[in-house]
Amino acid sequence: MLRMIGARLLTTVPSVIGVIIVTFLLTRVLPGDTAAYFAGPAATPQAIAEIRNKLGLDRPLPQQFVSYVTALVKGDLGQSLTTGQSVISDISARLPASAELTLVGLLLAMAVALPLGVLAAVKQGSWVDHLCRIVATAGVSLPVFFTGLLLVYVFYFILGWSPAPLGRLDVFASEPPRITGLLLIDTLVARDFETFRSAFAQLILPALTLAIFSLAPITRMTRASMLAVLGADFVRTARASGLSNTKVIGTYAFRNAMLPVVTTLGMVFSFLLGANVLVEKVFAWPGIGSYAVEALIASDYAPIQGFVLIMAIMYVALNLLIDVLYGVIDPRVRLEG
Amino acid sequence: MTAQPLLDIRNLTVEFATRRGAVQAVKSIDIQVGKGETVAIVGESGSGKSVTSYAVVRILDRAGKVAEGSISFSGIDLVTADEAQMRDLRGREISMIFQNPRAALNPIRKVGKQIEDVLLQHVQATGATAREKAIEALTKVKIARPEERYDAYPFELSGGMCQRVVIALALACQPQLLIADEPTTGLDVTTQKAVMDLIVELTRERGMSTILITHDLGLAAAYCDRVVVMEKGRVVETADAADIFRNPQHPYTRKLMQATPRIGMSLADLLPEASSGPPAQARAPQAAPAGTEPLMRVENLVKEYPRPATGAFFAKLMGKAEPSSPPFRAVDGISFDVARGETLGLVGESGCGKSTTSMMITRLIDPSGGRIVFDGTDIGAIPAKQFAASPQRRRIQMVFQDPTDSLNPRFTAERAIADPIMRMSTLNGRDALRARCEELARLVGLPVELIDRFPHQLSGGQKARVGIARAIALDPDLVILDEPTAALDVSVQAVVLNLLEELKLRLGMSYLFVSHDLNVVRLLCDRVIVMRSGAIVEQGTAEEVLGSPKAEYTKELLTAIPHPPA
Repeated sequence: MLRMIGARLLTTVPSVIGVIIVTFLLTRVLPGDTAAYFAGPAATPQAIAEIRNKLGLDRPLPQQFVSYVTALVKGDLGQSLTTGQSVISDISARLPASAELTLVGLLLAMAVALPLGVLAAVKQGSWVDHLCRIVATAGVSLPVFFTGLLLVYVFYFILGWSPAPLGRLDVFASEPPRITGLLLIDTLVARDFETFRSAFAQLILPALTLAIFSLAPITRMTRASMLAVLGADFVRTARASGLSNTKVIGTYAFRNAMLPVVTTLGMVFSFLLGANVLVEKVFAWPGIGSYAVEALIASDYAPIQGFVLIMAIMYVALNLLIDVLYGVIDPRVRLEG
Repeated sequence: MTAQPLLDIRNLTVEFATRRGAVQAVKSIDIQVGKGETVAIVGESGSGKSVTSYAVVRILDRAGKVAEGSISFSGIDLVTADEAQMRDLRGREISMIFQNPRAALNPIRKVGKQIEDVLLQHVQATGATAREKAIEALTKVKIARPEERYDAYPFELSGGMCQRVVIALALACQPQLLIADEPTTGLDVTTQKAVMDLIVELTRERGMSTILITHDLGLAAAYCDRVVVMEKGRVVETADAADIFRNPQHPYTRKLMQATPRIGMSLADLLPEASSGPPAQARAPQAAPAGTEPLMRVENLVKEYPRPATGAFFAKLMGKAEPSSPPFRAVDGISFDVARGETLGLVGESGCGKSTTSMMITRLIDPSGGRIVFDGTDIGAIPAKQFAASPQRRRIQMVFQDPTDSLNPRFTAERAIADPIMRMSTLNGRDALRARCEELARLVGLPVELIDRFPHQLSGGQKARVGIARAIALDPDLVILDEPTAALDVSVQAVVLNLLEELKLRLGMSYLFVSHDLNVVRLLCDRVIVMRSGAIVEQGTAEEVLGSPKAEYTKELLTAIPHPPA
């Protein structure tokens, strides 16, 4: 097992190197002159040249690349020109916010989608099956900003059940000592249940928005994969041996059906992590997606590079995790390590 | 038959709901199985034999339901019993063994655990004793080193071993009735014999009743007390095994009997009297006159595969050369000739290298060594990738094992037959192509009006004909037949075998017939090669090799075949 993980880690090295090169080049060819943007509209050509020189943008590309990589090795992703902070501190402040939102959203989606998909497959053609189809279709058809706004309108504006959609915490609540960066966990560790409640109340609507959107792929995949497995010979054997329904569906069918579902989960997670900009905007969530978009608009390339790099590394890590999970579920995969 | 049968099926009708209304798969059948009795249900595909057994255990799929009749098992009515009661009976009183043992086991659960599941379900063991009892069950089915096998996954076991595990699973709770649904289809003859002997031994020991569902009359005759013959959902004949073969009453039974290849009969004997065409001329030995060059000469042919080395990745990464283990030799230096107009049989069990050999000869894979001289040219020297463009390509064609899987599901029969013509021939124009396809269809006995159909609209026998028409479309000199009838019912097999023989005589082709069915090989082949672990064990004329075999292995193969009484 360890050997397999080691081998898989080694194969990720080339892709990480590739990502570093591509992000570096990509940000250099983006339209917009960073120096001109920061010098302001009234700046003289001389001032612009000065800024350019300060940023090192006047040096040849290879030289810029070398200094970029050298800094990277030291864990320095550069300075953000818009926030004035180092990119690494910006990202480490914002990534947990996105991660927490996405994780909770995905867990919510799984809590609904997996049982629904399994039930829809087991009772094919019943009302559960139809419900599954409606939920899945509705979930993907509604854009996230629309579901987000609708939820805010109903639960904040009309019913008043949830707090104002303004970030991760109530303005009056104080942040717990930072351990993981995930507020739900940090508050629990600090035994600050008041803040936990506040963080949870802030989180629930955006997480729900994400969950509704990601319901569809997970439900559909679970249903299809369960249907295929339920038709398999070994399920017939299990039934013919008199095993109980729980055993047949839970132990025999579901574990086999999990394989494609795990892949889908990984894809949905990595997609959500980078692409929930709209949700972050609607709920004023200080996440990494909105950070990257703001940097892009400002032609601030260091945060973009940092963002793409971090995302790529997380993607690689996530794929590794999925491979390991595969090995745990399916003994046949372990051999290929 | 005992006064009180263990299983009493009366007037059973099973219906399947389809888009075109209810279809009766089983029509008012009566079957009784006494205590300790072994009954065979014999029939071709679609006869309803499997559906009957599923109805007994009540594992019909959603669309199927018992429309009429009763199934009584030691006094319990299985049709009206509630689901909880059925669950108790399944596995504890009535067990099933299935075709394709590897698929019948959960691929990601240790086999020992799967046996434990059944034991625990039926309270035959407690958590503390389950492991011990599961190992005991594995020991009973004669699995070597059962403690180790307990932790094995199905993919780590051979087909025969998987079937033993399935039997252990079925017999773990000492049921009274065992239903074996084609338990040995797809297994080698020697494995088949071992598995069947094991089933008979274990069931006899415990005084169990057995229902053996099979399409193989030989198997039914060799292992059963009584035989029930089914055709299209009806029972057409029930008789003692000894009588039914000596004196079959129903015309369908007679037809089945006749179509089953046996010793001492000719190809034409397989067909019903009425439909046999002009008598095929007595098959004089077709071997070419001495002195002429054989069509194909294979010399010292070798195919090696590297063994999967553990940790090869790291070794490569470190640039270290592995102490290389010798590669696996799938084909280990074999030599033989194929004469013009001859049918050469290539026989052996799975893994013996016969398919690898046929793939090298058709130049789909490259040999590791040796020569394949075809009509004077060493085609073994042409890389497999370039052979498709070689003019020799059209002269060597192949008919594949599964007539369904070897046809593109989105090509009509005509398009499938035309495919090689469009690729390799100079024949031009739609009309000429169409005419040639129709001519080929007539040649293989495929009704011309069917050639616009897609594979799923054709029967198994018709698909086999399309495959044959495609292979002979370019007038090849050598056709490799890779188990062409393995997936067909015996009556269809009889027709297809006769067709092949007739085509060979008419078109002057040579056949390389790859098969594991010695009875079929005996009928069709002039000469036979017996292979084992990549090497030739014995070769000679069909009469010599199969009549008075010299090698131990050939004898073993021959005695493993269950024979219906002639």
